[in-house]
Amino acid sequence: MNRWLSLRAAVVLLVVVGAVACGKKQPPIARPIPPPPPVSTPVTPPPEPPPPAPTEPTPAPAPVAVPEDSIASRSLDEINKNSPLKPVFFGLDQSEIDQAGQQALANNADLLKRYPTWLISIEGHCDERGTAEYNLALGERRAVAARNYLVSLGISADRVKTVSYGKEFPFDPGHSEDAWSKNRRAHFVVTAK
Amino acid sequence: MTFFRSSRTVLLLLALAGASTVVRSQQPAPSTPPPQQQSDVRIEITNESGQPPKYAVPDFVAASSDADTIAATKIVGEVLWNDLDFEREFYLIPRDTYGSIPPAKSITDVPFDRWKELGADGLVIGSVQKTPDGNMRVVVRLFSVRSQQSVFSREYTGPASNPRFFAHTISDEIHQNQRALRGVARTRLTFSSDRDRERVTNTVENRQVKEVYISDYDGANQRRVTVNRTLNITPTWSPDGRSIAYTSYRRGFPDIFISLIFEGTLQNPTASKGQNWLPAWSPDGTQIAFTSNRDGNAELYVMNRDGSNVRRVTNNPAIDTTPTWSPTGQQIAFTSDRSGGPQVYVMGADGLNIRRISTDSNCDRATWSPAPFNELAFVCRTGGGNDIKVYDFERTEMRQITNGEGSNESPAYSPNGKHIAFTSTRSGKTQIYTVGRDGKGIRQVTKVGNNFFPDWSR
Repeated sequence: MNRWLSLRAAVVLLVVVGAVACGKKQPPIARPIPPPPPVSTPVTPPPEPPPPAPTEPTPAPAPVAVPEDSIASRSLDEINKNSPLKPVFFGLDQSEIDQAGQQALANNADLLKRYPTWLISIEGHCDERGTAEYNLALGERRAVAARNYLVSLGISADRVKTVSYGKEFPFDPGHSEDAWSKNRRAHFVVTAK
Repeated sequence: MTFFRSSRTVLLLLALAGASTVVRSQQPAPSTPPPQQQSDVRIEITNESGQPPKYAVPDFVAASSDADTIAATKIVGEVLWNDLDFEREFYLIPRDTYGSIPPAKSITDVPFDRWKELGADGLVIGSVQKTPDGNMRVVVRLFSVRSQQSVFSREYTGPASNPRFFAHTISDEIHQNQRALRGVARTRLTFSSDRDRERVTNTVENRQVKEVYISDYDGANQRRVTVNRTLNITPTWSPDGRSIAYTSYRRGFPDIFISLIFEGTLQNPTASKGQNWLPAWSPDGTQIAFTSNRDGNAELYVMNRDGSNVRRVTNNPAIDTTPTWSPTGQQIAFTSDRSGGPQVYVMGADGLNIRRISTDSNCDRATWSPAPFNELAFVCRTGGGNDIKVYDFERTEMRQITNGEGSNESPAYSPNGKHIAFTSTRSGKTQIYTVGRDGKGIRQVTKVGNNFFPDWSR
């Protein structure tokens, strides 16, 4: 039993020495940094058990939606039909991203961080008032503005393609300001997951 | 695509004498319509009171009794009336007023007094015959009613499959002979249409494809060119009429393709260099100007038609797009929003000497007229929609072509500069119309589905 132990110790020692020796011959290899301990790790003893339940019965908590699971299990078409990625809307002839647009893009950046394998296409769309030809460029500028904002939030530009459809594919075929405001948008499509 | 062996008629004294003998010289089949014959002795039919001469074009006479020839004969007369009316060089007397005048049974038996009564200055009569080898032969005369002389005499033989083309050729040759004008009856349009009601694939939205079509100038013989079930837009004829360059999303993003419509082959001169759209042929067909985002935002570039020798010609953080060449190829007009909203600018084809042309709010998508006119047609936002306006470089003044009937876009000049094709929503859907450069004589060209981005062959 003792010999067993000493043999194992010797083997471990050898392996460690060998590893150190090898490490000296070669430049250090970058290794993944171990994750920092969770901030909430209790260093203090676990809290006392909760006080006894109150006498009146509490309603059972409603089942919490687990968006991660439901989204991850969906097909691309299912995701895009009811997309968790929010569109960004623009003013007439504009491609600046307003506050609501920034919120939508922050939401979208969070999702893209949660699903780091997702690739997306940002479609630039316009209302019908500009000419069809000019709108191809305006839609392009809207899509690029949305991509640049996502990149500024830490999303890799490699994951985001842009395409302008000008006024070719209106979301609302109407001819009112209400329809136009829906059609001036950057629209997000998940293309791979 | 050759329809005729053109049988050229030598007029000269024979025609002056009203002789019925026609001297013909057969030519080999040309690959394109034959050049206009310049050697005719021109006797111009005029109107005594100085108005445009009044023409009558009664039904041609079927010289064969088979149903096909009878039907073709009807078509030739109707289409010729329409073609001659289109240029508005002559006043075409309505055909429903000819009723009681008997058709001429022969060249020497024309009831000139009756046509004179009707007010005709010029009279076009003709006959259509089936040849022993199954072709169609059309003989046509243009008479001066006053002098009862034949001033124009031709004979055409070709396939019977497209009688309209006989009429188009006759119309173009009469315009050349009488007005020294290059008529547009044999020119064509190209445009995009959603008429197929096919859905774009790979999208959850219900999106309709647009495919490239061609048609005769009057909307007849509409044919589909592209079949790829994506967006195919902004088609434009090469100056030689053998290719159509357009913007296609067939790879998921806009890129420029060239369909060689007679060969049935496809080229992609801008392949793999950013996104590229709105091709515009230089007048000599050797270069293509286009918009690309390859350097980060929409800028204008010029390349050789095979994609080589790409030069960037604008450099501005604003949008620069929708290029159009001047008739000499020395200048390019384009749209930029560098001053705020979109406006029309002109520069040298090298990108130098940029100057602004339009001043109304949101003017955009210019197209340069062919000679002899020197003007730009473009689109301005007017109230609820868009209207077509024209800037005349000589007079340095603007005129308006459409006036709020629906929204009007995408002007394109006919090769003789006298007409503009454009889109309008005036009938509800988006359709293609043609109108004179003075804003008169509007005609609807398309009726099926929605139709966009017209361009007129050179």
